[in-house]
Amino acid sequence: MNDANLTRKDLARAINEKLGFSKQSAGELVDHVFDSMKSRLLEEEAIKLVQFGTFNIRKKNARVGRNPRTGDTMEICRRSMVSFKPSKGLRERINS
Amino acid sequence: MNKSQLIEALAEEGNIPLREASPITDTILGAMVEALASGDSIEIRGFGSFVVKEYDAYTGRNPKTGASIKVPPKKLPFFKVGKDLKEKINK
Repeated sequence: MNDANLTRKDLARAINEKLGFSKQSAGELVDHVFDSMKSRLLEEEAIKLVQFGTFNIRKKNARVGRNPRTGDTMEICRRSMVSFKPSKGLRERINS
Repeated sequence: MNKSQLIEALAEEGNIPLREASPITDTILGAMVEALASGDSIEIRGFGSFVVKEYDAYTGRNPKTGASIKVPPKKLPFFKVGKDLKEKINK
């Protein structure tokens, strides 16, 4: 397994090195990209990025679940979740 | 939202022309694809994280015909939504 982890800082560095934006504005630009994506998701809009994948909001109905440790039954309330489906291109890149 | 809408949103938010917003978006997505392709994970605070999971080969079945088929080992990226975004989505 691989422990390397890509973060905001690495993305800002890539923008700084490749495109010549200052480190500070590169960091702000990265934030703008993810903030824009977040606000669309909060409006329950899907995001389709062909080279990467699709983010969708999925509604889950309330159901009765169990605490796996104690076995107690409990009500799991209805909720929304973000699902991600990798694009075909990304899946192929990862497996090549 | 698709990529060109994301580029438009970035141009507006960052107060930059579209021709600059476009390579920025490509650089970010490209770096994310590269990271996952080399088996690295991604962690964007406030948004979420991606990890690549590896699966061993197994013998599966075509659910329609019942024919058994060999599924080769594979890797798949998984997304885990960040705590902050998860909570906001449920409000």
